Amino acid sequence: MTTTLTPPTDPVKEPPKRTRRPKSARAGGQLHGGPIAYAVLVLFTIGSLFPLVWTAIAASRDNNRLAQTPPPFWFGSGLFDKLELAWKDANLGEAMLNTTIVAGISAVTVVVLSTIAGFAFAKLRFKGRNAMMLIIIGTMMIPPQLSVIPLYMMVAKLDWSDQLQAVIFPSLVSAFGVFFMRQYLIQALPNELIEAARVDGASSWRVIWHVVFPAARPAMAVLGMLVFVQTWNDFLWPFLVLTQMGNPTVQVAVAGLGRGFTPDQSLIMAGALLGTLPLLLVFAIFGKQIVGGIMQGAVKG
Amino acid sequence: MSPRHDTAAPPEKEGGAAPADRIPSSTPAEADVRRRARLSRRWQRDMRWSPYAFVSPFFLLFLAFGLFPLIYTGWASLHAVELTAPTDMDWVGLRNYTRIFDDDFFWNAAKNTLTIGIISTVPQLMMAMGLAHILNYKLRGSTFYRVAMLAPYATSIAAASLVFVLLFGRDYGMINWALNAVGFDNIDWQNDKWPSQIAVSSIIIWRWTGYNALIYLAAMQAIPQDLYESAALDGASRWKQFLHVTLPSLRPTILFTVVVSTIGASQVFGEPLLFDANKGASGGAQHQFQTLGLYLYEQGWVNQHLGRASAIAWTMFLILIVIGIVNYVISRRLRASS
Repeated sequence: MTTTLTPPTDPVKEPPKRTRRPKSARAGGQLHGGPIAYAVLVLFTIGSLFPLVWTAIAASRDNNRLAQTPPPFWFGSGLFDKLELAWKDANLGEAMLNTTIVAGISAVTVVVLSTIAGFAFAKLRFKGRNAMMLIIIGTMMIPPQLSVIPLYMMVAKLDWSDQLQAVIFPSLVSAFGVFFMRQYLIQALPNELIEAARVDGASSWRVIWHVVFPAARPAMAVLGMLVFVQTWNDFLWPFLVLTQMGNPTVQVAVAGLGRGFTPDQSLIMAGALLGTLPLLLVFAIFGKQIVGGIMQGAVKG
Repeated sequence: MSPRHDTAAPPEKEGGAAPADRIPSSTPAEADVRRRARLSRRWQRDMRWSPYAFVSPFFLLFLAFGLFPLIYTGWASLHAVELTAPTDMDWVGLRNYTRIFDDDFFWNAAKNTLTIGIISTVPQLMMAMGLAHILNYKLRGSTFYRVAMLAPYATSIAAASLVFVLLFGRDYGMINWALNAVGFDNIDWQNDKWPSQIAVSSIIIWRWTGYNALIYLAAMQAIPQDLYESAALDGASRWKQFLHVTLPSLRPTILFTVVVSTIGASQVFGEPLLFDANKGASGGAQHQFQTLGLYLYEQGWVNQHLGRASAIAWTMFLILIVIGIVNYVISRRLRASS
């Protein structure tokens, strides 16, 4: 029964075989980018990264310097003091722990449930399959504002205000996750693998454990990161149910720094930086995989 | 040799013994048949019901946190519900709807949502298309550019909005400083209507352009190369190839991003909330950048009328459905015409 099934190679890497085509017919992906292409890309890269870098610059300066023209373009000396102050002021340690718990639980749950459901939609035949898939795609169109009010009432009734489970439970469902895993498994999991396991007498749950999970591992990792990022950055719902006093998430805590009558700008920037840093680290390390995952999950319809 | 054979084994006896031998061995065979039948019944049950078991966790959670809230919001929108006692509901019929439709701020918020949606979505998707086209070239370090462009996606609404407030500051903000440097006057990005809407939109554009560019890029890479080759043989210039090969092939993807961006734009909430200097829910002193999402929050959580907020939520939902239908019709038309 323990047939070792090697997962199929990641299909993201397959497509561009760039060398074979005649030069006269080369277009798009085959042409080398000229200086203009590089110039545009560099400009956009600067535009993307500049606000982030400038957050750090502003956090390293005091407020008097920020209230002068021209604005500072380089780091001052106060960065670490401000970061420490923001860390304490916004109670960011606790907030980060909270957010890690929330984002971690929802990422793991969404990934497991989406893989199992995605497998059913991709590879199994059952009555109502297409209708159910349509419903799932349709739910992606429901705006979160719609659910906010009854959820708020539920939370009030259950006495969950300021409790983390109020944020965790609604984030356990992801229509996108099911869709994403379905798209991946349709092409990444050959039917022969499932049939072979069936011939060996494997039950459906065994097929899931020994065939589907190994085959889906790359997509599961990407989906997990996407869900983690999304939950980490989620603002509307945590903002409504969690106050700064009890169990804030990072976003609620950071937003709270901006309130008050005389906001300390560089302190706010330090908080914003701290709230973003963990995810930027994740992106710096896994950027390539995340990019591949987004590109893959979005299109192959 | 052969006579020994003849005497040694009388064939009939052996033959007679054979059935007697088979009797004890036939019971395991029957048991085997029964076992197989049981297994196959279990097998059939497994094949038949496990798909439902696999999709049911999603649907159970969806019922609790997706469908039920959807319907309940509609129900609550027909009642007067206060934030302080969210479980006390008084039937008021459609009064919540007439109240918000009579409110100038509702129409103001609807208009702002529309304009901010257009200002943020159209340039964003056009830039994303251009970026994707460039990223589709063979480039050195293309992974670096892709990751760098996705960095804003990793930034939260809260962090991004707070930074942009500073960048768009009237007196000491960097953008006004740059405008001054090239000879323009200061712009009051927070208090003037159009500048403030542009500023709020720029936060959205900044966060989502790279993401959409990657989606377009993936679709571009899926276009078969022979389409370009035959276009090139027909003498089509690169611009013509883009217009007549790339864009038509991307039509489904473009529609997808338009739908997703439209949904996103209808829900804009955090950016205008945090962009407000007074950190209020009014979207600026003159409500100049109050969106429907923010108006909903103001009605529900500041004015404490959850019933009215529900009516706003349902109105937004109905608008989205209309947009969805329009999109569907357009895409059918496009498909029919091509």
